[in-house]
Amino acid sequence: MTYDIVFVAASALAIASALGVVLSVNPFYSALSLIMHLVSLATMYLLLQADFLAAAQVIVYAGAVMIMFLFVIAYLGNRADEPTRDIPLWQLGAAVVAGSAVVIEIVVAVASQAFGPGATVTDQFGNPSLVANSFFSRYLLGFEATSILLLVAAVGAVVLGSKRPSPRVDEPDAFPAPRTQPELELQAAVMGAETAFPVHHVPRKDEESS
Amino acid sequence: MHIGVEYFVSVSAIVFGIGMFGVFTRRSPLILLLSVELMLNSCNLTLIAFSRYWGEQSGQVFALIVMGIAASEVVVGLGLVVAVARRKAELDVDRLTALRH
Repeated sequence: MTYDIVFVAASALAIASALGVVLSVNPFYSALSLIMHLVSLATMYLLLQADFLAAAQVIVYAGAVMIMFLFVIAYLGNRADEPTRDIPLWQLGAAVVAGSAVVIEIVVAVASQAFGPGATVTDQFGNPSLVANSFFSRYLLGFEATSILLLVAAVGAVVLGSKRPSPRVDEPDAFPAPRTQPELELQAAVMGAETAFPVHHVPRKDEESS
Repeated sequence: MHIGVEYFVSVSAIVFGIGMFGVFTRRSPLILLLSVELMLNSCNLTLIAFSRYWGEQSGQVFALIVMGIAASEVVVGLGLVVAVARRKAELDVDRLTALRH
């Protein structure tokens, strides 16, 4: 009974906050709704005995990813707001039709199946050590691929976010050539500026004799 | 009433549809990224629900991989948004057409 109540509450909250993400005008409220959505999804993961994933969801998503989102929204300020133009009506209609088509299709497909009560599992199901066991043995290649993907994404983010944007090719002075200054000239320029009288080359003794 | 896997899959389908609606109608690239997150999370819910239904850990492993993919997608997407904003371009996915053939 408690299970049913928790499921109904979590799913209602998940759907309501998903609507909040899509429909709210202020991007800050969208991000906050998404945090709400992720937390209610974590509750549903707990109902499905995926304990480790529920914890990872809260820590990785609601913690790290959403903080990054909120940081960028705050950094952009009012430039992050939705452009104020009216959406054409056909686009709105097409979006509603496409979205509800997916929903109806899946719900009909699921409802026509007779799902049993599901496999009986022990209490150990979904705890970190069991997930890690299959992650590091059977799905080791996927794990390695994911780590390489994360590395590539980190490098890409550094390149994209570096201070100086790469010069545009069509700009006239895009790649300025470095100025070459011979050492002696530079020295003379510096000395001349500091002394205000001409600097003469005094030959050494052995040079004089030759 | 017994809450079986079909209820979880239906909820995830509804959330996926909402995310799809957001991708089709919103113009701010930030909201677009948030809607894609919604869709990825609904897929995660389906994976975990079927993982519980079959008593198989594989679904949870795939859900973890999806989380990693979503994190890297957010990193690159936000980097692009900040790079576009720094060039003083308008943050509107319909007007960012410089790469269009």
